[in-house]
Amino acid sequence: MKPRISPLLIALVAPLLIGADKPVLVPDISAREVQIRYSFSGAQLLLFGAVVYPGGRPPDHQVDIAVVLRGPVQPILVREKIRIAGIWMNADSNRFRSAPSFYAVASSRPIADLLDERTAAIYELGLHNLQLSPGGGALPEKERRFEAGLLDLRSRHRLYSEYPHGVEINGGVLYRAVITIPSQVPVGTYTAETFLIDRHKVIAAATRDIQIDKSGFERYVALAARRHRFLYGLTCVALSLFLGWAAAAAFRRRF
Amino acid sequence: MDIYLPIAGQSVNALFIVVLGFLVGLLSGMFGVGGGFLTTPLLIFYGIPPTVAVASAATQITGASVSGAMVHMRRGGVDLKMAGVMIAGGLFGSVIGAVLFRLLQSSGQIDVVIGLLYVLILGWIGALMLLDSLKSLGFLKVEQPETPQQRRHRWVSSLPYRWRFHGSGLYISPVAPLALGFVAGTLTVFLGIGGGFILVPAMIYLLGMPARIVIGTSLVMILAVTAGTTMVHAITTRAVDVVLAALLLVGGVIGAQYGAVLTTRLKPDLLRLALAVIILLVGLRMFLGLFWRPDEIFSIEYL
Repeated sequence: MKPRISPLLIALVAPLLIGADKPVLVPDISAREVQIRYSFSGAQLLLFGAVVYPGGRPPDHQVDIAVVLRGPVQPILVREKIRIAGIWMNADSNRFRSAPSFYAVASSRPIADLLDERTAAIYELGLHNLQLSPGGGALPEKERRFEAGLLDLRSRHRLYSEYPHGVEINGGVLYRAVITIPSQVPVGTYTAETFLIDRHKVIAAATRDIQIDKSGFERYVALAARRHRFLYGLTCVALSLFLGWAAAAAFRRRF
Repeated sequence: MDIYLPIAGQSVNALFIVVLGFLVGLLSGMFGVGGGFLTTPLLIFYGIPPTVAVASAATQITGASVSGAMVHMRRGGVDLKMAGVMIAGGLFGSVIGAVLFRLLQSSGQIDVVIGLLYVLILGWIGALMLLDSLKSLGFLKVEQPETPQQRRHRWVSSLPYRWRFHGSGLYISPVAPLALGFVAGTLTVFLGIGGGFILVPAMIYLLGMPARIVIGTSLVMILAVTAGTTMVHAITTRAVDVVLAALLLVGGVIGAQYGAVLTTRLKPDLLRLALAVIILLVGLRMFLGLFWRPDEIFSIEYL
């Protein structure tokens, strides 16, 4: 997976930008669509692109890039297990109205070195700056506990990740980052945001969409199970009856 | 070889699932049990969401009981009227069970309830089988009870509206088999088990059915109720994963055939001892799972 079109794109875009006084990001992704098929066990996305500077000359000092890939937002309920009479069971819960189903941030240096906390929070850069919109008017202490639980759980399932040195910048102009998607990602429209950061300020940003979808048979099954519940159930029953009968028939001849 | 499960939403090792299905099928062929009580916990240990595991295991039992039911039908070892009454109770039980399942799901207690029920049932059946096999292997001496056992419990014969069940040679109230079916149907929805290990002794000792037709009748009943449960799960929880069920089935139906052949060649008492130990180990693991600090204190539910 090589950046095929970016040099061409720069050549095309560059003349338009010569008059501008701000650098412009030209981002691209190795795949605009990710298809979940029967053998899907995760994917690696290459997020790459170029920075086009006014006058075509990169600045003398180092600029930094942060890339964020985020999945569709889902309202969720996080439950917490507590030991009751010796048995661990769900006791407390907290709602989060806007938790992204997937979140990965890659940056050329750790986020804390790039931006102050307030700016990082505005751009939701870094796991601890995600705006999860906890609901239900819970105590702040409880909210923090549930937020930490959610971040920890999704980090271990590789649904939330941080790559503090995940962006590689070449010649101050070209950048690339590799982000891994695990197999249990939800489908939907993902957005890849790229931020150009210079002296603790975000000076340019650009967004691209990626479609992650179940395809072929997997898509068909998931749709059928949702839309044609009765027929789907009937198919499952028919399949099991047929396989059971076929095995009995096949083995009766052999033994 | 990894394969993606469209409903569970994760990939699993296909070979592992097929082998699991095969081993459980082997057991079901040897002992005439559905094997759901092993499939579901093992799938849960593997990391399949409990709801999906329960729903898809029920589908597998349907397939595993087909060949047995066919054989018994051909031999006339099925009381169709009795099976019909029990199926009616079972389907009703599975619908009520599904409502309870949804309630427990939305209050977040379904996993604990599944775990507790499994511990109780696996512990009970495992202990019974262990005692039984130890007795028949001669490790345990038993005193034969002096009084001959009553043919059926007194409360069953005291129930009103008696029907004649010609296949079983019984004249009893249909309420008892209806209730029995109801319990089995509820368990099928909750635990993804056929309930054969409860049905068979209950049909012999509670209803007083002759042993000759008990296995066939319970197989037909399990076949119908697990098929009904699959429908109930497909419509209410939407947790039936057809790919997972197919993988389990491929292993399971073949395993069941080999199991049936193996029973004639191996010493059954030793096998039963081995099965009892397996069941107790799975039950013990489930039991510890309830009391150990879980790996995940937090869990996520989609709204």
